[in-house]
Amino acid sequence: MQVSKQTFFGKLGLDTRLLGMIGALVVLWVMFDLITGGRFLTPRNLFNLSVQTASVAVMATGMVFVIVTRHIDLSVGSMLGFIGMTVAALQVHVLPDVFGLGHGAIWIVAALVAVLMGACIGAFQGWIIGYLTVPAFIVTLGGFLVYRGAMWWVTHGQTVAPLDPSFRLLGGGADGTLGETLSWGFGVFASVVAVVMMLMSRRRKAKHGFAMKPVWAEGILMVLVVGLVIGFVWVMNSYKIAKGALPRIAEARGVEMVDGLQLFHGVAIPVIILLLVTVVMTIISTRTRFGRYVYATGGNPEAAELSGINTRLLTVKIFALMGALTGISAVIASARLGAVDVGLGTLDELRVIAAAVIGGTALSGGFGTIYGAVIGALIMQSLQSGMASVGVDAPLQSIVVGIVLVFAVWIDIVYRRKTGA
Amino acid sequence: MNAQTPLVELKNMSIAFGGVHAVDDVSVDLYPGEVVGLLGHNGAGKSTLIKMLSGAYVGDGGEIRVNGERAEIKNPRDARSYNIETIYQTLALADNLDAASNLFLGRELLTAFGTVDDDAMEAETRKIMARLNPNFRKFAEPVSALSGGQRQSVAIARAVYFNARILIMDEPTAALGPQETQMVSELIKQLKAEGIGIFLISHDVHDVMDLCDRASVMKNGKLVDTVNIADVTDDELLSMIILGKRPGETRVEA
Ligand SMILES: Nc1ncnc2c1ncn2[C@@H]1O[C@H](COP(=O)(O)OP(=O)(O)OP(=O)(O)O)[C@@H](O)[C@H]1O
Ligand SMILES: [Mg+2]
Repeated sequence: MQVSKQTFFGKLGLDTRLLGMIGALVVLWVMFDLITGGRFLTPRNLFNLSVQTASVAVMATGMVFVIVTRHIDLSVGSMLGFIGMTVAALQVHVLPDVFGLGHGAIWIVAALVAVLMGACIGAFQGWIIGYLTVPAFIVTLGGFLVYRGAMWWVTHGQTVAPLDPSFRLLGGGADGTLGETLSWGFGVFASVVAVVMMLMSRRRKAKHGFAMKPVWAEGILMVLVVGLVIGFVWVMNSYKIAKGALPRIAEARGVEMVDGLQLFHGVAIPVIILLLVTVVMTIISTRTRFGRYVYATGGNPEAAELSGINTRLLTVKIFALMGALTGISAVIASARLGAVDVGLGTLDELRVIAAAVIGGTALSGGFGTIYGAVIGALIMQSLQSGMASVGVDAPLQSIVVGIVLVFAVWIDIVYRRKTGA
Repeated sequence: MNAQTPLVELKNMSIAFGGVHAVDDVSVDLYPGEVVGLLGHNGAGKSTLIKMLSGAYVGDGGEIRVNGERAEIKNPRDARSYNIETIYQTLALADNLDAASNLFLGRELLTAFGTVDDDAMEAETRKIMARLNPNFRKFAEPVSALSGGQRQSVAIARAVYFNARILIMDEPTAALGPQETQMVSELIKQLKAEGIGIFLISHDVHDVMDLCDRASVMKNGKLVDTVNIADVTDDELLSMIILGKRPGETRVEA
């Protein structure tokens, strides 16, 4: 950000990169909406888009730390498959015998095992990378093959289904949402938290006598943030539950089934998970020592080491975190599909890396934001869903996504050179 | 110089990289309130010697004593625990972070919630920079956007801020303008008066004559000699550096 010649957006404290990504997203959405004759920007499609983005976006937040420290993780797609398969087998073949079929503890145990498994596998990879100094590219390429193979072993290639009903709520769908009332509650809560945080930051700055944004700029930002949150909830609350599912959902929500009853989806649970992950990861990256060390190590590994940072242990933690997030994504992805086959997670590593990179994470290390990666994932998913709904066939979809990826990174490089960041 | 126990003793330090004996059996020491210059041609081994004290390298042989007691310095954290602070020749800054983040790297100020307190760190950074380099304004930018001298100021501020007892300065004024260099000279005198021991690596013989109490000269990884500044002339010091001869071993040629 330039201090001398502050633009309107500069005063708002929005950087050009964020604006660029939002601009790209808006252009994509409007374009697809025009081509499909208004079928893209519908509550239904936006709901699906939000659910489809969740799994990749959750992992992309972790990939930011990995790439910022000049590493890469090629194993997340296979790891997701392996964890998804293991946890599926666990809840279908093992846990019902322990707790009884349909017991409420099953989904909790399954989800915890997924996260724990990811953290352990990730930590092990991180240990090889940090302490044995084998390059991350090689270690995770090895992992890519190992986990895909291990996944097959869990059930000898058999598809596992059906998953526990409660577990499946974590994947979204008509049942897996907050419902209307809770969604509104969530929207109000999130808005209040955001506004309070902005006010607190302002007060801290004032206390130290630092330069602050003008009051009008702060006001506009608050209106934007609150508008975005409430607008999102409103759209999700406008997506009607289909007739066929109505009796079931009505029963689940404790609503009396009467003629002419209309129910709406609300915010999907995986999207709530994604938002929580985004908030937590943003706090980690900007407000904790660990996050600070991640960026310092990415900027200058030697300087980090000389400042007393244990960069080896840091590597273990980063990959453990990446693994834990992959565990969360494994839960979302398998729950969404309701069944796990050996293809689960295929090519996800590339989607995740692409999302992080499109979101402004530099492969040369040191730069990258969590919100950028999430928006990057949303851009990728919008592109893919949009092309599918326009009727672009699969091979051409790949070609377009590939070209867009390279183009986006080139733009980013030009932008960096211009701003000298 | 005096009868106290030395603040630091480096005894028979050696380290080799591959076949190169970068530092070969070098012993130097440092007393409280003393400035010891380390001199020598490029590649003499000065930086490597002090990096063994700052924990960046672990020597192949030798012994480090702090306050007369054997010190195990295996990494930079150990060195910091002995209150040894270092301004590296390469500055060792994370280019993507701002001045405050660099200054407090590894020792962040925290809020009551355990999160990093960027505002408090910036406030402290402003205070110390006002002392070291009053013209410094770029607190919000990453240090990659700073000039060489400004970067050096940040590195100096980092070493000075944390109440070092032993300060290592590896060519601290190499990139500084005359006014800033003058301020660093003043700073060195002030720290010396506070009883801090300073190793000053410099190529500027005048600076060394002006600021140091003693000077140790190295050549090709070996110690030529350590002399009292009061007992030598500029020319004698120069000839030690260039010819590797002790004063008295040979007359200074024009
Ligand atoms: N990490 C390393 N790996 C291999 N060789 C090294 C390494 N560090 C230093 N050396 C070698 O050790 C010798 C001493 O280097 P050093 O940096 O200590 O010199 P110096 O006296 O500080 O020189 P200058 O005045 O140029 O800073 C040189 O020959 C250098 O090439
Ligand atoms: Mg040197």
